[in-house]
Parts: sequence; C-alpha cells; structure tokens
Amino acid sequence: MAAKSQRVLPGFGLALGYSLVYLSLLILLPLGGLVLKASELGFGQIMDIALGERSLAAFRVSFGASFLAAAVNAFFGLIVAWILVRYPFPGKRFVDALVDLPFALPTAVAGITLATLYAGNGWLGKYIELLGIKVAYTPLGIVFALTFITLPFVVRTLQPVIEDIETEVEEAAASLGASRWQTFVRVIFPAIFPALLTGFALAFARAVGEYGSVIFIAGNLPLISEITPLLIISKLEQYDVLGATALAVVMLALSFILLLAVNLLQWWTANRHRNSEPLEVAAAKASGGAQ
Amino acid sequence: MRSNRATQEPRWVRYGLLTLGLGFLFFFLGLPLIAVFVEALAQGVPLYVEALKEPETRSAIGLTVGIALGVLPFNVAFGVTAAWAIAKFDFTGKSLLITLIDLPFAVSPVVAGLVFILLFGAQGWFGPWLSGNDIKIIFAVPGMILATLFITFPFIARELIPLMQAQGKEEEEAAVSLGASGWQMFRRVTLPNIKWGLLYGVILSNARAMGEFGAVSVVSGHIRGETNTLPLHVEILYNEYNAVGAFAAASILALLALVTLVAKTVVEWRMKKETEMLNTVLAPEKT
Repeated sequence: MAAKSQRVLPGFGLALGYSLVYLSLLILLPLGGLVLKASELGFGQIMDIALGERSLAAFRVSFGASFLAAAVNAFFGLIVAWILVRYPFPGKRFVDALVDLPFALPTAVAGITLATLYAGNGWLGKYIELLGIKVAYTPLGIVFALTFITLPFVVRTLQPVIEDIETEVEEAAASLGASRWQTFVRVIFPAIFPALLTGFALAFARAVGEYGSVIFIAGNLPLISEITPLLIISKLEQYDVLGATALAVVMLALSFILLLAVNLLQWWTANRHRNSEPLEVAAAKASGGAQ
Repeated sequence: MRSNRATQEPRWVRYGLLTLGLGFLFFFLGLPLIAVFVEALAQGVPLYVEALKEPETRSAIGLTVGIALGVLPFNVAFGVTAAWAIAKFDFTGKSLLITLIDLPFAVSPVVAGLVFILLFGAQGWFGPWLSGNDIKIIFAVPGMILATLFITFPFIARELIPLMQAQGKEEEEAAVSLGASGWQMFRRVTLPNIKWGLLYGVILSNARAMGEFGAVSVVSGHIRGETNTLPLHVEILYNEYNAVGAFAAASILALLALVTLVAKTVVEWRMKKETEMLNTVLAPEKT
C-alpha cells in the first residue's frame, strides 16, 4: 500500500511539518491578518472605498494598462518564441538569454531607464514626440513599463510547446494541400493557444501588482495615471491604514481569481497535450480549408 | 534545411518575423540595458566612480547584500524540505500545497509589504507589544527581511519540485535499504542530484531579493544610511535629479542582472548536459 512505500524514505513528517509551519507563519498568517483587518470594515465599506472615484480610476488604469501590455507581449512573444525555436540566426543563444533580463533587472532600474529613454529629450522620446505621441508621464508610459516587466512570460511559456510540435503533422498538412498559413491557423495555432493564453494570464497577473517600474514613468496623476499599488501606498502615507487595507484586499481577491484561472489553464494545457489529436485528424482539418 | 518547403514559411515571411521579433527585443530590452550604462557614464568616468564612493551608496550596497545573504538560508531550507515532502511522498492536499507555494507570485509587492505593517506596525496586532519591549521590525531591517522572504518564498521550491519528481525515489530508497542514515542519504544521493536545480533556484531568488523594490519600500521607512537598499537608493537619487548618481547605482544592479543571466545560462546548460549524459548511460540498459 501507499503507506508502506512512504515509510521507506525518512524525513516525511519533519519536512512536511517544517514546510507547513513556515508557510503558515510567513505567508498565510500575514495574509489572514490582512483579511481580518479588512473585516473590521465590513463588505459594504470595502466596496465604498474600492468604488470611490479615485480608487475606481486607479483600478481602471492598472487593469487597462496590464491588459494592453499583456496583449502586446502575446503578439510579440509569439513571434519571438517562434523565431527562437524555428529560425537559425547569429547570436541566437545571446538573444535567448537576454529574454530573461526583465526577471533579473531590478524594477527600479527598469523604471528610471525607461522614463529617461521616453522622456521628451530622451533617445526614443525625442522621435516619438515628433509624431505627437507622449509616452513618459502618461498612461501610455505605464503600458510601456509593464510590457518590459512582463516580456519573458509569453516567450517562456510558448517556447517548450513550439519545440514539442511534431513537424510530421505540418508535413502531413502540407502534403494534403494546406498552405503554410492554413497549417498555421488550423494546426499550429490551436496547439499553442492554451500556452499563449497561460503566458498572457501570467503576464497580466504580474503587471496588475507591479509598482517599482511604473511609478517613475507614470507621472502618477490621480484619476489619470495613478495605479492601484501606488494608491495603496499613498493611503498608507496618510495613515489611512483601513483604506489601504480595503484596496489591498480587493487586489488580493482579484489576484486569487487570476491564480485560479492560470491553474485551470495549465491543467487544460497539460490535458490537451496528453490527448493531442491524432496526426491524420489535424492534417485533414488543415487541408479541409484548402478546397 | 531550406529544402523542406512544406514546413517552412516563405523567405519574406521569415525575414519579416525575424525583423519584427528582434526589433521588438532591441527596443524593449537591448536599448534600456545600454542606456543604463551610457547614462551612468554620461558625465565621465571620474564622476561615476565618485558617485559609487558616496557613503550612502556604499551602505546601500552593504544592506542589499546583507539582506540577500540573510534570506538565503531560509529560502534554501524551505525549498528543499517542501520539495522533499511533495516530490517523494503522497499525501492528501498536495496540489493545494503546491498552489499555496505559488501564492506570493500572485500578490502585489505593495500588498506583501502592507501585511507586515498590519502585523508589526505601530497600530498593528503586535505593535504595542513590540514597542513595549523596544523591538523594531517595521521601518527597520527585520521588516525588510520579512518582506523579502515573502516575495522570494516560491523560487527554490518551484525549481526543485518538478526536478525531484522527475528523479523519482529509487536511488534514495536503495541508499536507505543499504543502511544509509537519513543525513547520509541526503548528502550522498539527493544533494548531488539536485545541486544544479538548487543553484538555479538560488540564483533566481537572489536576483529578486537584491532587486526587490515595492515590498521593501513599504516597510523600510527610507531612513538614509540605515534602511536604504540599493534599489531604494536609486529612487532617492533619481527624485533628487541626481541622474549620474542614480544611474551609477542602477548600473551596479544592471551588472548584477547580467551576472545573473550568465550564471543562469551556465547552470541551464549544465543541467541539460547532465540529463543527456544520464540518458546515454541508461539507454543501453533499456534495450
């Protein structure tokens, strides 16, 4: 039985016990404290604070900019993952390693650098302003910072999935008369879509909570370019702990929903992978459009 | 390579995608990375060196390294024990535990800082008791370590769990049945097997620990020379319009990021080589 095989290796009780105690003390207890503090307010008051004019605007900026940044990364991330897996080009290993830069570079460094690059007199801002577009100190700047911060997610979730696509399926589709575009739309894209969505959700979740890189480039005008994490901090600085707590608890609830969605997506991806379509079915589907 | 037209895009599509993808990476990753160093050296090398010699910058570097070293043993201990329990044993609630380990990834750094203020701040649950006993956590280094621990909590466990699951438990079981003690088994069998994965997790969590801004900012109180880490110091200098100082401090963090990327790539390469070696050793036995 399972119980017997468990006893062969030592340390189960100690390892699990230590992990649970550490997890409870460091993560669960503090988060529980936050919820408990918020419960002093009651649901109605939390909603009043969260739906106040300034809070609502901050949520709109945070979620809107995060959505746009994740969408930009879904588009370019697919291209980058594709060229990294499929096309040979000089310096590929260097480029591949560089993709992780946003995970390694502290967010404050990214923030001041992007703000300087896109300011009116910056290397890039100079030219973009000629087009009549302002990036730094506008909501657009927030999208740019979040795009930088979340860049690796889509690429890194797509890369292994694209590597796993068997070229036989593509050959079969082609031999049945599908054009390259049809093969992509009907065979390749359906296979990578769950992973693309997972990467998008991961990027979105990270972007919503981001603070360090955004505050330097955002301009931080209430109602216009103020993100929720910044509003939490400014409430804290005004000793409005309950107001900060209310906003934090709403963010936490939304993060939970996102985490759940990501888990479901990953489960879906794994499941799909296991019952992947037989080669002939996928190929036939692609050639179906060729007629 | 080019002969297989069935599975390749037309040449113009390939060049188009390469241009788009590499252009995107150049503007969003390459240019900012170059800009950090150019801005840091904008007023010449002597001013750059001068900026790095500032006592406040140096104490910020010291605190950043200190916090990173302080959180390391906790993260290693949790990562190894959690992965050991999850990968080598079956128990109910395992998938819930894995989800909970990921939880800090979903929490905004600002919220991560706030929870510790609610616990240990002046008006927090333990605030009165702490101030009664003259213990400072918030606006002091212990609070910054707690916030950093929270943020870096999942990194090592996340690397080790899939690795140890893939390795199975036969080797350890063999060691135990041959009479090895728990510690001998861990040191001679488990540790050599997981060392690269562990190092990988350490590299990732260390990069995050040294670069963390939001969570640490909330609990630090920004006391110069005392609770100022390097990323926080970058903010202060930048807000004082001291561009050279800010980018000089930022360039150290950018160098650190580059070292992280190189170390990460080397470890990835080693891990890949080791699995390949393992596969070639095991292959003849299987046939």
